[in-house]
Amino acid sequence: MTNSEPLLDVRDLSVTFTRKGGPTVRAVDGVSFTVRPGETVGLVGESGSGKSVTSLAVMGLLPRRGVQVGGQVLFDGDDLLTLPRDRMRDIRGRDIAMVFQDPMSSLNPVVPIGVQVTEVLERHQELKGEAARSAAAELLSRVGIPDPNRRLKEYPHQLSGGMRQRALIAMALACRPRLLIADEPTTALDVTIQAQIIELLKELVQDTGASLVMITHDLGIVAGLCDNVHVMYSGRVVESAGRRELFAQPRHPYTGGLLGSVPRLDAPRGAPLHPIPGSPTDVLRWDHGCAFAPRCQNRVDACLDGPPPLEAYAGRSLRCLNPLTESEEVSV
Amino acid sequence: MSLSEIEATTESEQVEQPAGNLRKEAWKRLRRDPVALVGFGLIAFFVLVAIFAPLIAPYAPDAQPGRGMITPTNIPGPSADHWFGLDASGRDEFSRVVYGARQSLLVGVVATLFGMVGGLTLGILAGAFGGKVDTVIMRIVDIMLSIPGLLMAIAIAALLGASLWSVMIAIAIINVPVFARLLRGQMLAQRGADYVLAAVSLGVRRRPIVFGHVLPNSISPVIVQATLTLATAIIEAAGLSFLGLGSADPRVPEWGRMLADTQRYLASAPHLAFFPGIAIVIAALGFTMLGERLREAIDPKYRR
Amino acid sequence: MSDQTAAPAAEERAPAEGLLSVRGLEVHFPIRSGILVERQVGSVKAVDGVDLDIPRGATVGLVGESGCGKSTLGRAILRLVEPTAGTVTFDGTDLRALGGEELRRMRRQLQMVFQDPMASLDPRQNVQSVLSEPLRAHGIGGDHRARVRELLDVVGLPASAANRYPHEFSGGQRQRIGIARAIALEPQLIVADEPVSALDVSIQAQVVNLLEELQDRLGLTYLVIAHDLAVVRHIADVVAVMYLGGLVEQAPSDDLYATPLHPYTKALMSAVPIPDPEVEDTRQRILLQGDLPSPADPPAGCRFHTRCPFRQQTRCADERPVLRTVAGHPDAHRVACHWVEDIEAGRIRPAAGAVVEPDPDPEPDAEHAPNPAA
Repeated sequence: MTNSEPLLDVRDLSVTFTRKGGPTVRAVDGVSFTVRPGETVGLVGESGSGKSVTSLAVMGLLPRRGVQVGGQVLFDGDDLLTLPRDRMRDIRGRDIAMVFQDPMSSLNPVVPIGVQVTEVLERHQELKGEAARSAAAELLSRVGIPDPNRRLKEYPHQLSGGMRQRALIAMALACRPRLLIADEPTTALDVTIQAQIIELLKELVQDTGASLVMITHDLGIVAGLCDNVHVMYSGRVVESAGRRELFAQPRHPYTGGLLGSVPRLDAPRGAPLHPIPGSPTDVLRWDHGCAFAPRCQNRVDACLDGPPPLEAYAGRSLRCLNPLTESEEVSV
Repeated sequence: MSLSEIEATTESEQVEQPAGNLRKEAWKRLRRDPVALVGFGLIAFFVLVAIFAPLIAPYAPDAQPGRGMITPTNIPGPSADHWFGLDASGRDEFSRVVYGARQSLLVGVVATLFGMVGGLTLGILAGAFGGKVDTVIMRIVDIMLSIPGLLMAIAIAALLGASLWSVMIAIAIINVPVFARLLRGQMLAQRGADYVLAAVSLGVRRRPIVFGHVLPNSISPVIVQATLTLATAIIEAAGLSFLGLGSADPRVPEWGRMLADTQRYLASAPHLAFFPGIAIVIAALGFTMLGERLREAIDPKYRR
Repeated sequence: MSDQTAAPAAEERAPAEGLLSVRGLEVHFPIRSGILVERQVGSVKAVDGVDLDIPRGATVGLVGESGCGKSTLGRAILRLVEPTAGTVTFDGTDLRALGGEELRRMRRQLQMVFQDPMASLDPRQNVQSVLSEPLRAHGIGGDHRARVRELLDVVGLPASAANRYPHEFSGGQRQRIGIARAIALEPQLIVADEPVSALDVSIQAQVVNLLEELQDRLGLTYLVIAHDLAVVRHIADVVAVMYLGGLVEQAPSDDLYATPLHPYTKALMSAVPIPDPEVEDTRQRILLQGDLPSPADPPAGCRFHTRCPFRQQTRCADERPVLRTVAGHPDAHRVACHWVEDIEAGRIRPAAGAVVEPDPDPEPDAEHAPNPAA
């Protein structure tokens, strides 16, 4: 059934933040997922779901002080969490690259784009001088930046948001990474520019055979892009499924609620929205029961007895004691 | 189950912060901050000494209990009778340092207060009206700021003649532009805020918007600045007195002038420089420590 | 077809019962330069000639991407930004002619809901003070405490909220407070500028539903400004699409969705992701080239021609199209494009590369089983 070994295998990852004098916060709590070569995996969740912290933990980008990371992050068999710092630095950028939400803060504002791209090439590809420069220009044109030779000389603030994100993707691709992690790469962009970027990511994954982890709050993006989807809530995965299974019949009340609360462009007008009551801050701690229980319309008494396990259910994994049934399918 | 019911049931879990406004939060942070507490302690010590000077000091500041013991080559240092030693006129140095706290506190508070009131007036005018009023006021402020503060204070104090009042006025004047610019900048930033726009769109009049929204939200940095200004005002007052621009009456104990008077005896009686110097440092340090931490408590941007 | 029964109804009421009418509205922000004497060296044409009618009791949606001038248009209608030309007629009164105090009194009728509920509430004001401020400003007497309780109840917040401060609420609750403030004076028109885009996905629907509920209850008229076409389509009777300071298309919501006529609307619509793999795998996408041009130096002719996949030589670059009706479509559906008929008939094809066809093999992931956690 599995057609290849996973490239990335995250096992029971947990991240705990401790503040001096403050409470400890478990931002990520036993998250497991795999990414096979060439596969696109979506991590979906709202603010506080732990999706971004997960990606930072995988990249080894969390601060060391006040943060405890547990579990394993196997990349090609090596546990990234126990790798020495210099090995990790090599892997980061060469094998795994990341694209962030805010392209402006990921670029150095006082260094021209060209220098920043060639720097990456020089470091990981051992290209020098003119070779690196022309490789950089090629990269920029590959991600759809017109007139790349002129753009190379420009500073980040001279580029539009969409162009900056493209430049960032170019840098991420400079070393032909095998895994690209994109954390809300289009959230700061307009919808027509978002479409350009998503299309670009799709193409690149197809052309280079790289794997993509897409972190987003937007189910629409996931629906058109990801092979497998993991829905996160309050630090844990609550539903994992192939995108077709997930969207055809969401089983977790949270997934169903998300789908029911987003107006769809193609829905007939006047179709009512079914919002999830409360807000993502109304969570229960997992050790007291299901974190979603305070907002859940399918709640049963047992939901408050302890954390529900993540179990195989209807062709997916599900963390719910009272899943949505066919008849409860969200009307959209 | 209705929305409000669910929200009501989850309310207790959702509110992590205790009830209260931002100022209370800042106060809570401040109370846990050791540096702020030390600063506060130093200030409290300084203020108490100033208030209870007659009870603390064993002698009047102009009494000369050691008159007979003084020769130009022998100025006795600290002893059991005179903790900080005697000065060149045979006065008790400890008593004079204690009484000096009164002068420093008075100058610092009055100068800062005047400077703040002047600065706030200009700042409010500029910040509330904008346009031409703003341009004119801010040009004047820029010109004042371009002249080195202490130099201007010396010039003003010299012009007004040597007295305690001229020191206070001089220091107040050099702080006016600092406060004016600070408040005006804050107010301009707040004026563009959405909640001010919201008030305008509700049809709230200009005066309640300025005094009800813009000013209260701009004032925190001014309070911080005032605390820090108290520290510099104390140092500047000492500086002006050191230069002979303070009170003309030699009997009034003033730390800056005590330092000036001691220059000739620095080699033979270092204690005369040491104690007033330490007093200035402690008073200024207290206000600086509290002010810096106050700034951090109020404005998370400065937090480390 | 449902859209044809709904559309004329909205259209019939429009001319007779227009509440707000905008004609030729312009907002040009001067660009000044100079060291001692400032001279105007140009202007940012944020809003550049907009006509818009809002019928009483209707919801008009205004969509466009960042920088298109939609927020400025909303604020210019409320005179929170001064228009540089044009007229805004509200219920028969020319708003631009009103003096300070008259305008202030008129503001009772026109209210605004802001995008960022935290920024639009004074952090030092408790909810009681926030909600009674408009009452005080307009000298409305009576029991303010009772009125505030009533307002809180209407927007679905407990009465105990009155004594709390904005930072103690969640984003959705804050937006409810903002809405309660906007309805406190029983206005006729509410301009909602991106009312849900700062909120978490699961909360957006709560606020959308609340706005709809309040409209039914209080007979409000809305101008909803948003970048999210799906939200606007859901809430609005009529949708206006804005690009670089001008409207490019305006139509009853269902018409616009069923038959978008302007190339920009087509592209915008095809770019909105739909949370349904079946739809996503089979849709055609029109990709635009490049970015929004600078409103300080907008392209001549049709503002959109620099990015338009359907552009034709010279006319698009020479002549600025105006909003007009198109044969075969309801009168309420108006488009600013020279070539609508030819594009609709297929006589003009989009430039190669602008259209991304769906993946010919949409089932590559079918054999991928979901990945239960080990």
